[in-house]
Amino acid sequence: MSAVRYSFGGDEHIFVEIDEEMSLEAFFKGMAICGALQKRRVAGVSEICPANASYLIRFDPDVIRPDAMLRTLQNIEAEIGAADLELPTRIVEIPVLYNDPWTRETLMRFRERHQDPGSTDIEYAARINGYKSVDAFVAAHSGAPWFVSMVGFVAGLPFLFQMVDRAKQIEVPKYLRPRTDTPKLTVGHGGCFGCIYSVRGAGGYQMFGITPVPIYDPAQKLPYLKDFMVFFRPGDIVKWKPISREEYDRDVKAVEAGTFNLTIRPVTFSLKSFLKDPSGYSRQLVEVLHGH
Amino acid sequence: MAIEVIKPGLATSVQDAGRPGYYNLGIPLSGALDQYALRVANLLVGNDEGAAVLEAALLGPELVFRKSAIIAVAGAEATPKINGQARPRNESFAVKTDDRLSFDYMKLGARVYIAVAGGIDVPAVLGSRSTYGLGALGGFAGRKLAPGDVLPVAAAPQRARAGRTAPGELVGTYPKSLEIRVLPGLYFHRLTDESAASFFEDTWTVAPEADRIGYRFRKGRALSFRDRKQPFGAGSDPSNIVDAGYPYGSIQVPGGVEPIILHRDAVSGGGYAMIGTVISADMDRIAQMQPNNLARFVSVDMDAALKARADYKARISRLRSALSG
Repeated sequence: MSAVRYSFGGDEHIFVEIDEEMSLEAFFKGMAICGALQKRRVAGVSEICPANASYLIRFDPDVIRPDAMLRTLQNIEAEIGAADLELPTRIVEIPVLYNDPWTRETLMRFRERHQDPGSTDIEYAARINGYKSVDAFVAAHSGAPWFVSMVGFVAGLPFLFQMVDRAKQIEVPKYLRPRTDTPKLTVGHGGCFGCIYSVRGAGGYQMFGITPVPIYDPAQKLPYLKDFMVFFRPGDIVKWKPISREEYDRDVKAVEAGTFNLTIRPVTFSLKSFLKDPSGYSRQLVEVLHGH
Repeated sequence: MAIEVIKPGLATSVQDAGRPGYYNLGIPLSGALDQYALRVANLLVGNDEGAAVLEAALLGPELVFRKSAIIAVAGAEATPKINGQARPRNESFAVKTDDRLSFDYMKLGARVYIAVAGGIDVPAVLGSRSTYGLGALGGFAGRKLAPGDVLPVAAAPQRARAGRTAPGELVGTYPKSLEIRVLPGLYFHRLTDESAASFFEDTWTVAPEADRIGYRFRKGRALSFRDRKQPFGAGSDPSNIVDAGYPYGSIQVPGGVEPIILHRDAVSGGGYAMIGTVISADMDRIAQMQPNNLARFVSVDMDAALKARADYKARISRLRSALSG
């Protein structure tokens, strides 16, 4: 990794770029610094926002001067150093109907904005990532788990980064011009990041499928949204579970009845153990989900 | 006490001092885009200065009061009228049951603030009554107002009275051409030397795409970013970065074409390089720019930004003293 870069965003923000490129190491370091800052409860800090390979804080310069705020962050960075980073977090299984009729209808409406108007988004992604079939692509997408590396853009939208070697990362360009519409709960992908669109709206990510699981609801109707209206937190681990149309319809009914719940298990993620054996460690994580 | 919406105007919503603390989950600050005008309107009617008011962009609403009230209008230059008769701006006045409030067109400025003694009494969500439209959160049903909406109003405070006036030197003025102060930084180093200079040399025009999320500018020279091998995960365009958090007031230039300044309903992050950030003291002034108004961006350092902030705070103190009677 290159040196951490600090920059003021006007008189109320400090933006900290851990690394120019995305990596689990950069994400982890940013998470660790944000966690340490949170614990210190520094007066004047109003927002602590970890992102993929950077973080952003907002502060009141009338309470803590910009240079003092900067020093605080640099001190935390120095203290954390190259510690063996462990993250107590949770793993959650999210069902996905790949190749669903709703994202398909939407992508057909915006075909002229796509790199390859002759294929669907998932056919295109499978081909340019070297998969022989859409099924093989879905197997890779839903095989290894993913980290929620950032929550934002709009309320509750998770960005996801798959826990695989860089050579196996799925990479796709965004649409040539953004769509003006994306179905709510679309599972998308742009660059090396996956996402779930938490609300309906504009978007530029390729669309692979849809989940029946609401992840943002100001009315907080479902059991797993009772604590807070946004489900995902940076650091959550997600495992996609491919489902059939019948399973999707059943889940949607349960959501409407307010009885749908998620499989969520606590785990502690060790970056060192992961880097030693990425695929073996990912398998262990997924086993936690199924009660082993 | 309640207010009925006859015509909502173009984009009228309930706003207050905002909802800090949830930006890490993509829920932005929201609240009145012009926080100074919010304070003027509230202090005039005796409210807490951050109470919930109506913010109307570019075209004022038409409202009927179902009960008598003390109200005040601040912000953009648009004459308020009661049953067709002009009333003063920046001064509290009484309205009676069934009185109808309407507005002339906005001559200068883009946002009018309507405060009612007691404040708009929609439920507070995550500590704020402000509306966040993209997330259908807060305000009245999570959206801008529509015909037939009936807005509840809380009981008027003791301090509410008609005839309280804001001194002329303490109300906003809204020129059609502005200098906006910017602290360069973030990914400013990614611009070529020519673009780093032209951004501050050119006169920019506010585009029609100017709303609570962000203000778009056009007619300056296109900006170019230095060539590089794009970092892993950043995307292929040289204006792309690995998706990151966006500061309020930060300026991004997708594809190098049109700068966008994010405001209080900001998208909280994304993959476009930000080249600097508007200083906090100038955010209210952006909120009052109409499409086709002109702007020049002026580069300042942190000391200048903090000095401007102190001046802004001092002005609010003077406003509080002036309206405390």
